[in-house]
Amino acid sequence: MALLEVEDLNVRFYTEDGVVKATNDLSYQIEAGERFGVVGESGAGKSVTSLALMRLIEEPGVVESGEIRFKGQNLLDLEYEEMRQIRGNEIAMIFQDAETALNPAYTVGEQISEAIRVHLGLNEEAAKERAIEKLESVGIPDAPQRYTDYPHQFSGGMQQRAVIAMALSCDPDLIIADEPTTALDVTIEAQILSLLEDICTETDTAIQLITHDLGVVAEFCERVMVMYAGHPVEMATVEDLYYNPQHPYTVGLMSSIPRIGDNRDRLQTIPGRMPDLIENPPGCNFHPRCPYAEEVCTRMEPPLVDVETGVELEEVASDQQTAACLEHTGDLQKGLDYTVTVREETSMEADGGVTDE
Amino acid sequence: MSTKSQQSQTNRGRIRIEGFDAEAVEKRDPLSAWQPELETKEAKSRTYYAWRRFKRNRLALFGAVIVTAMVLLTVFARPWGLPEWIPYLGGATVQPFSLAAQDPATQDILVGYQPPTVEHLLNWPPSTLHIFGTDWAGRDLFARTIYGGRYSLSIGFIAVGVALLVGVPLGSIAGYYGGYVDEFIMRIVDMLYAFPFIVLAIAVITILGRGYWEIVLALIVVGWLSYARIIRGEILSVKQNEYVTAAKALGARDRSIIIKHIMPNAMAPVIVQATLSVGTVVLTAAALGFLGLGLSPATAEWGVMLNVEQDSMARGNWWAGLFPGLALFFFVMAINLIGDGVRDAFDPQGDKKGSGGFR
Amino acid sequence: MSDSEPLVRAEGLKKYYESETDFIDRLLGRRSWVKAVDGVSLEIQEGETLGLVGESGCGKSSVGRTLLQLQEATEGSVYYRGTDITELSSSELRDLRQDVQLIFQNPQSSLNPRLTISDIIGEALDIHDIVDDKQRRDKKIKELLDRVGLNASHANRYPHEFSGGQLQRIGIARALAVEPDFIVCDEPVSALDVSVQAQILNLLEDLQNEFGISYLFIAHDLSVVEHIADRIAVMYLGKIVEVGTPEELFSPPQHPYTEALLSAIPEPDPKWEPDRILLEGTVPSPIDPPSGCSFHTRCPRVIPPKDFAFEQTEWRSLLDLRLRIVDRELSLDKIAADSDSQGMDAALRDLFNIPQPLSDPQAEDILSEALSHLEEHDFEAAEEILSEAFVSPCSVHEPELQQIEHGRAACHLYDSRYDDGSIEPEVRP
Repeated sequence: MALLEVEDLNVRFYTEDGVVKATNDLSYQIEAGERFGVVGESGAGKSVTSLALMRLIEEPGVVESGEIRFKGQNLLDLEYEEMRQIRGNEIAMIFQDAETALNPAYTVGEQISEAIRVHLGLNEEAAKERAIEKLESVGIPDAPQRYTDYPHQFSGGMQQRAVIAMALSCDPDLIIADEPTTALDVTIEAQILSLLEDICTETDTAIQLITHDLGVVAEFCERVMVMYAGHPVEMATVEDLYYNPQHPYTVGLMSSIPRIGDNRDRLQTIPGRMPDLIENPPGCNFHPRCPYAEEVCTRMEPPLVDVETGVELEEVASDQQTAACLEHTGDLQKGLDYTVTVREETSMEADGGVTDE
Repeated sequence: MSTKSQQSQTNRGRIRIEGFDAEAVEKRDPLSAWQPELETKEAKSRTYYAWRRFKRNRLALFGAVIVTAMVLLTVFARPWGLPEWIPYLGGATVQPFSLAAQDPATQDILVGYQPPTVEHLLNWPPSTLHIFGTDWAGRDLFARTIYGGRYSLSIGFIAVGVALLVGVPLGSIAGYYGGYVDEFIMRIVDMLYAFPFIVLAIAVITILGRGYWEIVLALIVVGWLSYARIIRGEILSVKQNEYVTAAKALGARDRSIIIKHIMPNAMAPVIVQATLSVGTVVLTAAALGFLGLGLSPATAEWGVMLNVEQDSMARGNWWAGLFPGLALFFFVMAINLIGDGVRDAFDPQGDKKGSGGFR
Repeated sequence: MSDSEPLVRAEGLKKYYESETDFIDRLLGRRSWVKAVDGVSLEIQEGETLGLVGESGCGKSSVGRTLLQLQEATEGSVYYRGTDITELSSSELRDLRQDVQLIFQNPQSSLNPRLTISDIIGEALDIHDIVDDKQRRDKKIKELLDRVGLNASHANRYPHEFSGGQLQRIGIARALAVEPDFIVCDEPVSALDVSVQAQILNLLEDLQNEFGISYLFIAHDLSVVEHIADRIAVMYLGKIVEVGTPEELFSPPQHPYTEALLSAIPEPDPKWEPDRILLEGTVPSPIDPPSGCSFHTRCPRVIPPKDFAFEQTEWRSLLDLRLRIVDRELSLDKIAADSDSQGMDAALRDLFNIPQPLSDPQAEDILSEALSHLEEHDFEAAEEILSEAFVSPCSVHEPELQQIEHGRAACHLYDSRYDDGSIEPEVRP
């Protein structure tokens, strides 16, 4: 049994303009201590997924169906009070904007020790000690003195460290990090990522990292899920995803990032933009933007299948690669035609396709 | 160290993916009839969405109906002639209808107490002849109440309108230019704010004397402050928007930047405040009347009426004060409902509701 | 660089902002200045793209705004085609706006939500009387929308109906309307998704090829800048620390800050082995920047003083300790409490990774004396001893941009006068 098992999660927002289908039959698992990445562009449903895990979806949003099993227990069945005990205690969250995640009216230390008192029932003295310990563990210099500082006295990177300290305060088993480094400078980002990586290895904490930055994913994650328009379109280990992408959207994403040292004159683009999730295109949601789309793509919604066997999987092993493209069910006529070249090494042809050229 | 980093730098950009042909998608015919939302929806301005939200707010609509009804009642209460001093047209009737059968100033002695004495003032309870009853002087209360609205309502709308004309430009100048101009204007505002509203109004009336325009002036003096302050704050924040910088970068003149880019985006809170203060101003005018500082005691203004009927109400003639009081209550309540509706309509949070807070 | 006058040239540009003071403070003359731009010189040739990178708060946006005279420079000059535009009258400046334009980071806030797209683009045309009748105005707007890849029939829509990428295209169309020769792009793709970012970058490049526009491309993302820029300038705390073509900048010798910045960029390649230089600490406040080279407080290659034989890491740790003592940011009680058995000396060495003893015996004596003062909580004495004995040229002399092997960098490491860690640079070899 995995630490977290999400099964057929459907989240809907009932708005004036129509029903927003934020996630569609989303299923994935995270093992204990695993670094799991969720990638996609804005509006792909990444953040909604994490809010659903914490049961923080608010009006007019509803978790319509599905299960979120954490250590085998369905979080959606829990009473409010039971869920509150899990939040912050067993599942913690790190947000993009550390500045707004901290309450400006209290000192950083008080906020962390309060979380400790509430969840672990320690007394004031012990909670303070633990809070200082956590602040030190995230690399805040001179933690005892900084304990009494207010958030605005911290720099952006230090604020994010404090937020991580708060997330760590009760030794959670799963941390959901929603774009934790997007607001930070690269040099600070590098510090924060290496800190998170250390935490993961040292305490066997699993991290679900939500980001749009393919560089961050490559560096930090072990396994990745790519989302498009509320659907998971590809799930694989980072190596497979970057060296052998199997969904056209992943291919498009990978070819549109500028890479240092790559002297292409023009960047590849993905034409158009993501649908607004109210009225999705029929069949495969990606077909209006996909250069490989055929008539069949407008009729059939592709299932997420093993790219080798073309079979839908009940339980996905962590090293299996799955993608939601009709190519892998054998329904595409012309196949996917793209090449992945790795400089100074062997050139690999796309091997997921049935036919090339 | 540096040679090693060169090594790793050159190893960047190893992966290259080719063959994702974006142009093919642009060139081919669409595979399905599906179109992005933008293509199918009609262009609508933000004002349109604000108006749509207001229309959906039933309480606000209810308020609007009451206010409209009251305005119509006062206009059609009695015939309306032009003032005598206008040459040629003076005294000409513009509005011939009269909803109230009696003249609000005529004393109906016949229905008064017999014999009429000073002790037994002329209050008649509501009857078919005088549906709201009569006041202490035997004047028809229905006529006085709906006719009296002319004073209260017009004071409210005029005072707020003129106060806006004073406060908005002053506040805008202070906010846009800043520096010493700002300090000067805002310190005056601070100074006047130091007085309680009503005290300041009373002080102005004591200096100017009583009368319709004097009251309006007193209410303007206290009214412009809040608009100046609100618009200044709004402009300070709107000024930060990059479209203002963009207009400057295009070489637009200050005047055009203020009128085209800043004011339209800064007005919403002022409009909300102005709507709500129509109620406050009407109440203040009535309070001044009630304190005996308003119009002359014979005038059918709601506050004045409440003041002069105090004694007869104390004697149990409830109708004498009830109707002007109710009129005042309904008007102010309706204005507040509209004000809240306007606020909700302008609320940008309402715009987001379109996507349901979905990120 | 080249003999011909560059299109845009800035010389000794400074922009200081008054840090938040109130009315009373101003009356009393109590002011402090945020040195956002502190002596920047650069030039941009016709048809060239100069990338300007740096971390948030390094002053890169202020450079852009000051170049366009949207903010008055505190000091220095900006030349556009040889004319000093800091001296222009307001009407001359208005004419200049036809030649220089700006594209913003946040497409949402850079377009007035109450105007339609055609109003927004039309405003640019109206201000400079570019078209005279309505028909030609409409035609021109349609052309512009078409050029930036938008459906011209959407001209009467409002900004809130468009996506971020489309809004950015509208912003570009507005800037293009006056047919400028120079555009400052202030983080134009930072707020956009990857695939859209690529679309906008390609569009900017196409426009440059078509109209010969020069760009100052401001960004924090080096991989984007590397892709689009002909030359890159790296900024740190209000100053340019290194300039060169991407190839020059990306190969050593480099300014240590450039080196660290580069090494920090995550590479979209899971098998890539980073050789990361993690910078300690945070960027110092631009109100009171460090003396000498402003990067010396964090620089991993800071030059050791000449009288001692230090290992590089040893010296860096020692300098860190000194800086923390100067800032009084050491909870000595807590350190003492945590280390009851080993004593303060050892605990502090532990904390800062300072070996016991130092490789230089003379330095070791000075350090142990300073540490013994700390044991008595005597910060002043410790500070005095350390500051007197250990002086690096980096903390004394401000480096200037000078030619290095390729490109130009502002770093004493490439100045032979400081090779031995001497702090008197007057004697030139």
